[in-house]
Amino acid sequence: MNGFNVKFGYRDNFLDNLQPIDILYKTRVNIDGCRATINALGLKHKELNDLLRETVQRGSKELVINNVFGQRYIGTRLYLPSEDKLYIEVNKFPGNDLGTFLNGHRIVVQGNAQDGVGNTMDSGEIIVHGRAGDVTAMSMRGGKIFIRDNVGYRTAIHMKEYRDKVPVLVVGGTAQDFLGEYMAGGMVLLLGLNLQEGEPHRAHYIGTGMHGGVIYLRGYVSEHQLGKEVGVRPLDDQDKENIDCYVREYCNHFGGNPEEILNGSFQKLVPVSLRPYGQIYAY
Amino acid sequence: MQSYLLSEFIVERREDRCIHCRVCERQCANEVHLYDAELDRFFSSEKDCVGCQRCVTLCPTDALYVRPRLEDYRPNSSWTRDKMQNLKKQAATGGVVLTGSGNDKPFRVYWDHLLLNASQVTNPSIDPLREPMELQTFLGRKPDTLKIEFSDGKAKLGSELYPNVMLQIPLVFSAMSLGAISYPAFKSLAMAAKEAGVLFNTGEGGLPVEMRDEYADCAIVQCASGRFGVDLDYLNCARIIEIKIGQGAKPGIGGHLPGEKVSDYIAQTRMIPRGTDALSPAPQHDIYSIEDLSMLIYALKEATNYTKPVSVKIAAVHNVAAIASGIVRAGADIVAIDGIRGGTGAAPLATRDNVGIPMELALASVDKRLRDEGIRNKCSVIAAGGIRSSADAIKAIALGADAVYIGTAALVAMGCTLCQKCYTGKCNWGICTQNPFLTKRLNPELTSQRLLNLLRGWGHEIQEMLGGLGVNAIESLRANREHLRGVGLEEWELNVLGVKGAGE
Ligand code: SF4
Ligand code: SF4
Repeated sequence: MNGFNVKFGYRDNFLDNLQPIDILYKTRVNIDGCRATINALGLKHKELNDLLRETVQRGSKELVINNVFGQRYIGTRLYLPSEDKLYIEVNKFPGNDLGTFLNGHRIVVQGNAQDGVGNTMDSGEIIVHGRAGDVTAMSMRGGKIFIRDNVGYRTAIHMKEYRDKVPVLVVGGTAQDFLGEYMAGGMVLLLGLNLQEGEPHRAHYIGTGMHGGVIYLRGYVSEHQLGKEVGVRPLDDQDKENIDCYVREYCNHFGGNPEEILNGSFQKLVPVSLRPYGQIYAY
Repeated sequence: MQSYLLSEFIVERREDRCIHCRVCERQCANEVHLYDAELDRFFSSEKDCVGCQRCVTLCPTDALYVRPRLEDYRPNSSWTRDKMQNLKKQAATGGVVLTGSGNDKPFRVYWDHLLLNASQVTNPSIDPLREPMELQTFLGRKPDTLKIEFSDGKAKLGSELYPNVMLQIPLVFSAMSLGAISYPAFKSLAMAAKEAGVLFNTGEGGLPVEMRDEYADCAIVQCASGRFGVDLDYLNCARIIEIKIGQGAKPGIGGHLPGEKVSDYIAQTRMIPRGTDALSPAPQHDIYSIEDLSMLIYALKEATNYTKPVSVKIAAVHNVAAIASGIVRAGADIVAIDGIRGGTGAAPLATRDNVGIPMELALASVDKRLRDEGIRNKCSVIAAGGIRSSADAIKAIALGADAVYIGTAALVAMGCTLCQKCYTGKCNWGICTQNPFLTKRLNPELTSQRLLNLLRGWGHEIQEMLGGLGVNAIESLRANREHLRGVGLEEWELNVLGVKGAGE
């Protein structure tokens, strides 16, 4: 693009000056059997994702991406006719929208993730050895996300479920405001492992407008931190089983002693109505 | 609590014509007509009548008259009947007053103040019956320049083109979701779009899997704040993906599809459990800025391997031109602008009637702004909201639209009478309802034919008018305001529209 006739300047950070895929493939990829090691240093969002797609189309099933610094949408463009599910290791810091619309692949991040992890994800697994930013698991419909440390604001907003697809988000640390807002299904498990003894979670407006799904919280929240549409309920056996299962899975990923974690006190938050706004209209 | 509401309509039956066939009784889902077999006579419960004219239309002997009951309170220009009725309704329920279809308030309809030109003497008009007249339109980003390469005496296109989608006529059915409208209505739109070589828009209710093979190719699929039914298969099957930010009938607010309308089938296409409310939050919670919008636009492009144009639909609001510029800079290939007269299945009355600006003004200022900034080629503009005829459509194109969305016009073609009760789920015309007894009143084979007729008719009319202007391609009219003149408009209105007054 030549910027011809452009008064106010127009630069496309995504599409301008991209390197051709064959050059990228030649210079950035190391193949070892079905494993490809990719050097992402300095690549633009689209360049890296072009490269990932190309590498998979040439037969790699395991992608190890090194030197990732802020490239977005890793995993999104890997929707391919083949049924094979990929293993993607991201070393260092992926950019926004990691695994957006993810369809069955498994992504492991050795570092912190940014905003929009697992946005509208359909299936698969994302494991982050670090923290994640805002809108984690937004509108997620299936699959699992494990975040070792904290998550940001508006986590699990409008998470939903559908038939056998029940999304699960496990967070080792705590979350910021609006956790589970408008949540319509799925499960969030917030472990609060980095809180001090007796220190409450910080989030406010937890579960505002929630009309489905469940949030399990380890540790404390006060009444005023909860949205009007959620109620605190005691755990039943099914809940205990869920928590047990996912705490163990969390410890498998990140270490830690499951018994110790399970010893903490858990609360269950569920919507008080499936139709929180059914009564506000005059017909 | 008793509502103190007066009936909205007078239902009159001419006994001398009525043959007691009881069609009216069966047709009215509001149960207005009741037949008492013992007395052999009809009673009508007028207060339940919504004036949809279904019974009137189907009465075999024309025995029924349904008329608005307008003049029962003392006339008052300030406290109109509508205002008083709404107050009473609210006093009884404490609720938000809902309504359906588009804004019915007498805001100026600019189409009716714009006139088209025609050729006389100095240039010849063209007869579309004899000569080719091009209505084909391409939606999507266009390159800044075209590079042509010559080798061996052959010319070849050197520039890389962006994905574009061809329309045979610059008309597109606007977003109406399955759930808001019935399956037969939805299917009729798809069938007509396919037949006519145009597109239909699925709205945010998903696209049923079994329709994808046949109709995905003419579908615009929406990704809205509820993200219902959005997965990679849905995104990849469509021609265009539209991010719905706002809707002309209810700018700035979300939508609630009540649980009772979420049947098995609706639940399946939206991918949510049956019977839960389908809540679409007001904003998309991953979009709080132009930068965030850009993130979603490119997420969708990534998800579809950059093979589809991404559209962003916004309601026409005060700063629409600046917002549209931001949207284009964020990477959108199409900007759709929905004006204050855009329709809806359900919206709070206060919002529908008071929020937003007329599309004509919004369209003109968006087109001008994008031109001034030199980025008009980077997107197509689709105008939506209150396009009632081919004349409105062609004027919209002359004001800068690439194509127009038609929603209400299509519903009317299917039978809708603008009774504005879509939100009750009892549409007697089988359009805005999920009740199987009512939806089976629409037969997609026949209804799609009505829609097709509408598209064909408009297509011909547009060709005639183009011929009259002396141009042989819709492309030559686009944003060509010289072909428009205003009548009865103030200076500022002419300025915003960018047209001269008639006679100038
Ligand atoms: S609601 Fe419609 S069908 Fe029923 S009486 Fe009124 S006009 Fe007739
Ligand atoms: S779609 Fe049905 S309910 Fe809605 S305005 Fe038209 S006739 Fe009335």
